[in-house]
Amino acid sequence: RAAATVAGGEGCRTVPLAGHVGFDSLPDQLVNKSVSQGFCFNILCVGETGLGKSTLMDTLFNTKFEGEPATHTQPGVQLRSNTYDLQESNVGLKLTIVSTVGFGDQINKEDSYKPIVEFIDAQFEAYLQEELKIRRVLHTYHDSRIHACLYFIAPTGHSLKSLDLVTMKKLDSKVNIIPIIAKSDAISKSELTKFKIKITSELVSNGVQIYQFPTDDESVAEINGTMNAHLPFAVIGSTEELKIGNKMMKARQYPWGTVQVENEAHCDFVKLREMLIRVNMEDLREQTHSRHYELYRRCKLEEMGFKDTDPDSKPFSLQETYEAKRNEFLGELQKKEEEMRQMFVQRVKEKEAELKEAEKELHEKFDRLKKLHQDEKKKLEDKKKSLDDEVNAFKQRKTAAELLQSQGSQAGGSQTLKRDKEKKK
Amino acid sequence: MDPLRQSPSPSSSRASSPRTFSCERLGYVGIEAVLDQLKIKAMKMGFEFNIMVVGQSGLGKSTMVNTLFKSKIWKSTMPGLRVPMPQTLQLHSVTHVIEENGVKLKLTVTDTPGFGDQINNDKCWDPILGYINEQYERYLQEEILITRQRHIPDTRVHCCVYFVPPTGHCLRPLDLEFLQRLCRAVNVVPVIARADSLTIEEREAFRHRIQDDLKTHSIEVYPQKSFDEDINDKILNSKIRERIPFAVVGADREHMVNGRCVLGRKTKWGIIEVENMAHCEFPLLRDLLIRSHLQDLKDITHNVHYENYRIIRLKESHALPRGPGWVNLAPTPSPTPTGTRASPGPGKVCRWAEDDSDEDF
Repeated sequence: RAAATVAGGEGCRTVPLAGHVGFDSLPDQLVNKSVSQGFCFNILCVGETGLGKSTLMDTLFNTKFEGEPATHTQPGVQLRSNTYDLQESNVGLKLTIVSTVGFGDQINKEDSYKPIVEFIDAQFEAYLQEELKIRRVLHTYHDSRIHACLYFIAPTGHSLKSLDLVTMKKLDSKVNIIPIIAKSDAISKSELTKFKIKITSELVSNGVQIYQFPTDDESVAEINGTMNAHLPFAVIGSTEELKIGNKMMKARQYPWGTVQVENEAHCDFVKLREMLIRVNMEDLREQTHSRHYELYRRCKLEEMGFKDTDPDSKPFSLQETYEAKRNEFLGELQKKEEEMRQMFVQRVKEKEAELKEAEKELHEKFDRLKKLHQDEKKKLEDKKKSLDDEVNAFKQRKTAAELLQSQGSQAGGSQTLKRDKEKKK
Repeated sequence: MDPLRQSPSPSSSRASSPRTFSCERLGYVGIEAVLDQLKIKAMKMGFEFNIMVVGQSGLGKSTMVNTLFKSKIWKSTMPGLRVPMPQTLQLHSVTHVIEENGVKLKLTVTDTPGFGDQINNDKCWDPILGYINEQYERYLQEEILITRQRHIPDTRVHCCVYFVPPTGHCLRPLDLEFLQRLCRAVNVVPVIARADSLTIEEREAFRHRIQDDLKTHSIEVYPQKSFDEDINDKILNSKIRERIPFAVVGADREHMVNGRCVLGRKTKWGIIEVENMAHCEFPLLRDLLIRSHLQDLKDITHNVHYENYRIIRLKESHALPRGPGWVNLAPTPSPTPTGTRASPGPGKVCRWAEDDSDEDF
């Protein structure tokens, strides 16, 4: 019988090395493996139609993603998703960009957040399904969970709209939210500061948890800390390049001046790109997996009735609970089916009875009518008979009368003769 | 395999199928910075590595581990010291944290004193297999918890180094039995121990006979041919496969040779330098285990051996719901008054279960 004694754990000794062993190549080994597998990153852009979501994505990734702008006449909120393969030196990135279509266009926006939440949950569900499979291929699975949600705030300059607050509150426990002020060239500098302060205070007072850039690792703590203070980022997107000075730059040209996208004095686009891609992409992915996905998984499994094992219960109570639940559910299902069947049969009976009643009534009516008809007929016949009788009688009398008359005229003579004879006698 | 592959419908709240486009980029974005982010994260978290050494006593296992990691992991048992022979096979693990250039490695070494030392060695591999499966079990239990830890502690054995005694003939029945069983559960790297008792020609002949034996009994040792991912891997790994099993010598004492201080074994007829490729193949073993394939060993353990264990375990205890059946657990019952057959739910689950068992791995 094996007796494994593991000495150590949290307090295991650190042993000094007497020479170069070579495992300092481990991070490189890990990175090489990851590079050969490729990375994937999924961004969700939530915002009203016309706030420049597609343009910003084009600007961020320096390409022209395809897609036509949406109209304002969508009946409901939908999500449009596209996946792209980007390559930079030896790093391959599978980028998925999901955009809301028709957000904020309806008259009644109560349910606008629902399609978004359903979409995010569907991605978690797909991953959970894969993880729970018996034969699974997690290391080649295309992870479609949303890693970052860019929430586009309209540049009104006043405060957040209630639609924004409601939507962000629904999303903050499911995804990393990074709020950004879109089309920020419409706001002046002073208004912008006030706007940002107002937005941040509203988010805090409503308890909305937006994504905070991590400050626990010294190499990035400083830059992340300063960036956290600049949230929400005021961005401008543009794919047009204009000649400024002697360089071609991305910019937007107005009669009163040119706004340069990559100029930090003009907007926070560079900050967004730094934070989203160059510094925190990995952290965003990890937060999605270890925080948001775990929360979803826990809720889903608890909903199903699973509990973690107590110290003295048997292992795999997951299985027993599942079996019990399944049997219970099947039992219920059968019972429900029986009920439905009963109900159906009863309804059929009732209907039959009704129909029989109606049939009987109909028959009775028919009989009555028939009888009526017969009576009438008989009456008529009687009348006819009596009429005939009368006619016959009349005819008889007529013939008799005629006969009498003719006889009388003859026999009247004879009769009178006879009477005369009798008289003469 | 993507469950969301659907043609987009007007009221669909799920994404359309991910057709991927290759995009031409017009400038530098900074995506490759993710590699640095990955490195920073990995260095902060540290690495773990669990290695098991199996072989009869006296083959130099402890010395080998000390030589590999250049530190006193084990106190090597001195010959002549009266160490009581363990009655049964025991497994003994030690964990150390070693650091090099900012990279922290939590190393766990499991030794198996008493292996193959009894008169009747029948089933002496069982405790070892039991230990390996126990680690898989522990990981599985952690993985299926509702509230999981952020980072599941990994005690699974990533590599098992098997010490073949330098008989010079061929693999013994004990070796064959053991290798056959263990190769299916863990990455096994066989080495010829105490190779300083064989000449170079004897070594080569022994190596070839071992390779033939392995092939005859279809024992796949690490690096497994079936897990080569691309052509580069194939080329690299074929070179390694030609030299398996490595003929190694372990030493933890230093001696002076030509003015240099080297690790080696001093004998009357010369000094055997451990790190000299002409003398023994220890550098190859060290490079394989540590410098080039450590991450690969961990990946194969996680993606292949652990998954195999999980499949067997879940199938036998029906612990977790199967994917598709689980989704359909709450269907609306169909009102079939004439239906005498069971509702669609359980039928579907059963059918998928059959599909699972029909698949060939």
